[in-house]
Amino acid sequence: MIRVEFLGPIQQDNLELDINNLSELAIILQETPEMKEWLENSAVAVNDTIVSSLEHPLKDGDVVSMLPPVCGG
Amino acid sequence: MLELYNGSLNVPEILKRWYEEESVNNYGAFIPFIGTIRDENGIQGLSFDIYEPILEKWFQNWVKKAKDKNATIKMAHSRGDVLLHESSYIAAVFSPKRRVALEFIDEFVEDFKASAPIWKYDLIDGKRVYALDRSTAIREVAF
Repeated sequence: MIRVEFLGPIQQDNLELDINNLSELAIILQETPEMKEWLENSAVAVNDTIVSSLEHPLKDGDVVSMLPPVCGG
Repeated sequence: MLELYNGSLNVPEILKRWYEEESVNNYGAFIPFIGTIRDENGIQGLSFDIYEPILEKWFQNWVKKAKDKNATIKMAHSRGDVLLHESSYIAAVFSPKRRVALEFIDEFVEDFKASAPIWKYDLIDGKRVYALDRSTAIREVAF
């Protein structure tokens, strides 16, 4: 199973999904109305490393994090 | 060195300690940047969420960059609420000469704003309101 965490202001409970790559996650999240706005501007990390390709493979136990726009300081 | 605190930063304590830590290391320049909460738009303060695992990786990358320039970088940031006229952020560079430190603090703070996994909220009537309009999408967007 893949654990999906939503960071900062994204008000979504964590998910446990049986998926093989980020493309499959994108399809699932696009069907969630509250997630649509975040998909366009959030970065994605797999096991705390930010990735830039939807083809990034996922294996059992991986943790995917959604990082919305940031503003420290 | 990365320091995270609950609530506002004790700026004099942190700056004094950092100064004393590095004073024997033959650095000619010490350039701190301090971020303080301004009274604007009717806010009572700001509040912050931090995702520490990625922040730590991001910071360690800058520690390496600093080392390549014979410099040292330090940073402190608040979690949770920070009220008006209090400070939530300190970055400081120590380097042998001023030019390296002046350029490094500029690059560091700009990348911090664009990449560090920290989320800012305005405190309005006791509620946290995400500051989306002042936030920056992290460059690598997969979706």
